[in-house]
Amino acid sequence: MNSLFLEIAVVLLGIVLLLVEAFSDRSNKDYLAYLGAVGLTGVLALSFFPQIGPLPASSEAAFITSDILSVFFVRFLLVATIVTLLMIPGYRTVLERYLPSERAGGGVGEFAILPLFVCAGLMWMVSSIDFIMIFVSLELATITLYVLVTYLRQNTASLEAGTKFLILGALSTGFIVYGISWIFGVTGTTNILALPAAISTLPESSLYALLFGIAMILVALSFKTGAFPFQFWIPDVYQGAPTPITSYLSVASKAAGFVVLIRFLLSLEAIPALANKLNAVITLLAALTLIFGNFAAIPQTNMKRLLGYSSVAHAGYLLMGIASLASLMAIPAIGFYFAGYLAMTMLAFVVLQAVSEATGGDEISRFNGLSKRSPFLAGAMLLSAASLAGIPFTAGFIGKLLIFEVALKQGHYGLVMLGCVTVAAGFYYYFKVIRAMYWQQPSEETVIPVSATTKWLILLLGAGILILGIYPAPLLAALR
Amino acid sequence: MSLLLILLIVLPLAASVLIMLGAAPRVMALGAAVLNLLISVALFARYDLTAGGWQFLSEWKILPKLGINMTLGADGLTLTMLLLASLVTLSAIWIAPKIDKREGVYYVCLLFISAGVIGAFASLDVLFLYSFHELALIPTFIMIGVWGSGDRQAAAWKATIYLGLGSFILLIGLLALYLSIPAVSRTMDLRQLDQMAAAGTFHPSSVIYLILLVGFGSLVSLFPFHSWAPPAYACAPAPTAMMHAGVLKKFGLYGLIRIALPLFPEAMHQFNGLLLLLVIGNILYIGYITVAQKRLDWTIGYSSVMHMGYIFLGLASLNIIGVNGAMILMFAHGLSVAAAFALCGEIRRRTGTLDYSELGGLAKVTPVLGLLFGFAAMASVGLPGFANFAGEILVFFGATAYGPAMILPVIVGVWGVVISAIYMLRAYRSTFWGPMMARWESLTDITPTALWSIILLLVPLMIVGFYPQLLVKMVTTAIPR
Repeated sequence: MNSLFLEIAVVLLGIVLLLVEAFSDRSNKDYLAYLGAVGLTGVLALSFFPQIGPLPASSEAAFITSDILSVFFVRFLLVATIVTLLMIPGYRTVLERYLPSERAGGGVGEFAILPLFVCAGLMWMVSSIDFIMIFVSLELATITLYVLVTYLRQNTASLEAGTKFLILGALSTGFIVYGISWIFGVTGTTNILALPAAISTLPESSLYALLFGIAMILVALSFKTGAFPFQFWIPDVYQGAPTPITSYLSVASKAAGFVVLIRFLLSLEAIPALANKLNAVITLLAALTLIFGNFAAIPQTNMKRLLGYSSVAHAGYLLMGIASLASLMAIPAIGFYFAGYLAMTMLAFVVLQAVSEATGGDEISRFNGLSKRSPFLAGAMLLSAASLAGIPFTAGFIGKLLIFEVALKQGHYGLVMLGCVTVAAGFYYYFKVIRAMYWQQPSEETVIPVSATTKWLILLLGAGILILGIYPAPLLAALR
Repeated sequence: MSLLLILLIVLPLAASVLIMLGAAPRVMALGAAVLNLLISVALFARYDLTAGGWQFLSEWKILPKLGINMTLGADGLTLTMLLLASLVTLSAIWIAPKIDKREGVYYVCLLFISAGVIGAFASLDVLFLYSFHELALIPTFIMIGVWGSGDRQAAAWKATIYLGLGSFILLIGLLALYLSIPAVSRTMDLRQLDQMAAAGTFHPSSVIYLILLVGFGSLVSLFPFHSWAPPAYACAPAPTAMMHAGVLKKFGLYGLIRIALPLFPEAMHQFNGLLLLLVIGNILYIGYITVAQKRLDWTIGYSSVMHMGYIFLGLASLNIIGVNGAMILMFAHGLSVAAAFALCGEIRRRTGTLDYSELGGLAKVTPVLGLLFGFAAMASVGLPGFANFAGEILVFFGATAYGPAMILPVIVGVWGVVISAIYMLRAYRSTFWGPMMARWESLTDITPTALWSIILLLVPLMIVGFYPQLLVKMVTTAIPR
């Protein structure tokens, strides 16, 4: 049972649910999200029985691998998708508002099914070791995401976000295809693992063509991961997209981009002449991303935009880890950081969704006096913000600690000092939310209702943050 | 494995959880604080002085591969600080006024601060020492912002930025320290670090000491990283100021004693001139600023910054007498500044102001309050009979023993005592003596609750003042030779 099977199971689940949706005449479509979540939980359980290690020699082995990295991130993506699906019932009223239809609940159902196809695409992407496979799975994921981002077709913000996402996504697709073709042209292979051998036999003169191809691919991956200077689409798209999709974008699709980046860089690491140049580029990229993400987040007044910029900031910390890939601990550190990032970011979005549902907006001012209106939601947001800022006893702290540790070990002292400054900036903007919740007076005193699903989701994500923050050893051991 | 230390951390947290689930906030908080004080006293009494070293040990594996584990243990210094923390916590919770808004959150915040400081002092693992301190910072921030007075939001912001940045500089220093250990024996365990340093197998770079000094220093309001402290204390509700100025701020000094002193003896010698320069800034510069204050809470806030200078001076003397004095002064200052802030809170609650121009003559209507303030002020100035005196004397003896380099700092220090007498007497006179405004005639004197919670702080001060040997014997067990 290898990871190819898991993705096929997810696609089949999606197709079955589409059929169920088509033949059922229930107007309330929440059950589709729940069914999807249950199905994915089943797939997640199956993922604990794969044969870890290289696949047996076969045609598929040239495309797909199931190493620790892919196994971890396949599970990561499944969890992220399950959380997203569980957020959807809480978003139903917004969906129905912007999706008028002749029959009740029309057009709402697919919203809960499409994420499954994104998930399958991203899962393939994190297991791919061939550019062709990466490209195809990337397209499966992004085309579906275009649909999901523009889903609220009568909401201009959603349409604008979708258009931006589509145009820039297409541009980045162009970059990646262009980069792949240059690399293929120079080395004659599209297989990432075969790259080092192919490059080592190259004449000196083709090195520049190769570098050009690598640069193109780095540009495309910077789009996907939200690294400077290709992060500019993030705030607008995050703000306009439906909240569950924003949360999915910032966690799952970013993670997949990072995994491809890791694989790509690891294969080039073998060639010292390239590795040094690339390391300098990645270090610079990390520094700029850190600076931009953190300082641009400070003046934000909209929570979704704030989380958007903060996701750029977190990309900066992750790039810090990527710049230290030479260290053995780098991949466990990055994987751990992502696990914590999933819990804290998604928790923030779950709370945001409940608050904006009740108050009718995403601005930070909507959080004013939340501790009075719902101490539970305020406490959850406090935990999430504390973890995002990197306060001890939370997953965010251990994640940053591990990343800083590998960066220091690799001698990136400048980056680490910069990281310190940006962490302080992070304190400032994450505490803005805490300040609003605990210091400001609410505009109205009514209690904010929290559905049972949301409550359980919050409890689970919160527990995840604390458990990873207090007892990180088991996850780290699994990542090694 | 002794579970008493973990119990000290778990009790406040468990009480917080119960409050969140709906239990009566004040009852739960008081209960946890009383139990904690009893346990601390028991631990203090049960410490085996003849054996010395770390006792009451317990350990949980967290990141074994990185050598990071949650290890708790206590020696004489730890126990002194735990006693301080438990005394101030109980007093702060006890004296807390009736809370109109969000009473539960108020007490949960206080309990978290308590758990954080106790954890910080009881941790033998450097990373946990750091982490528990952070745990105490967020509730401080919330408390100042929600229940504070004056320009509370700006003050809380400033403190958050300074302390946040200071903590991260500290974290980098600690990480650098960790990475400078040879890879095979990497650990965050203080005991092993001490052993390695004592055996001469571990020589961390002196740059790390400088990073730690800036990091720990900003948490202790070492000049020039002090400007967050006075506004934060002035705006904080009294129990928060008591906990932060009295206990939490000692964490930075504690860290320097625990980490810098044993691991960086050479670097401390090398950079002692720099430290002394900052100490003079703390004592002389801040001292004069304190004299210029026009409000009682700002006076106490600045005086707290100034007195950190004496503790640093004791550290800088790098001998057993001076460090001993520094440790005793940490305990003494913690209690006396907590008492002063508690009394400030009582005055503010009655009059709504702490401006000297509006106060005066309050002793006529609130004689007991005035008497207590007199005690706190005398303790703060370092009059004989209070623990502060014992600490300051030892600091000066220790500094003098260091050699000629210390002559100027000692002169400044002694002059500082005069300065602190000036501003404290002035504060006392402007608040309690002289003509009284007519509108204060109906003020009521201190309530029994507040009276006892302040006596709880003053009595240990006087016990140690008359019998300093009680603490000297304890803290001497912790001084590296």
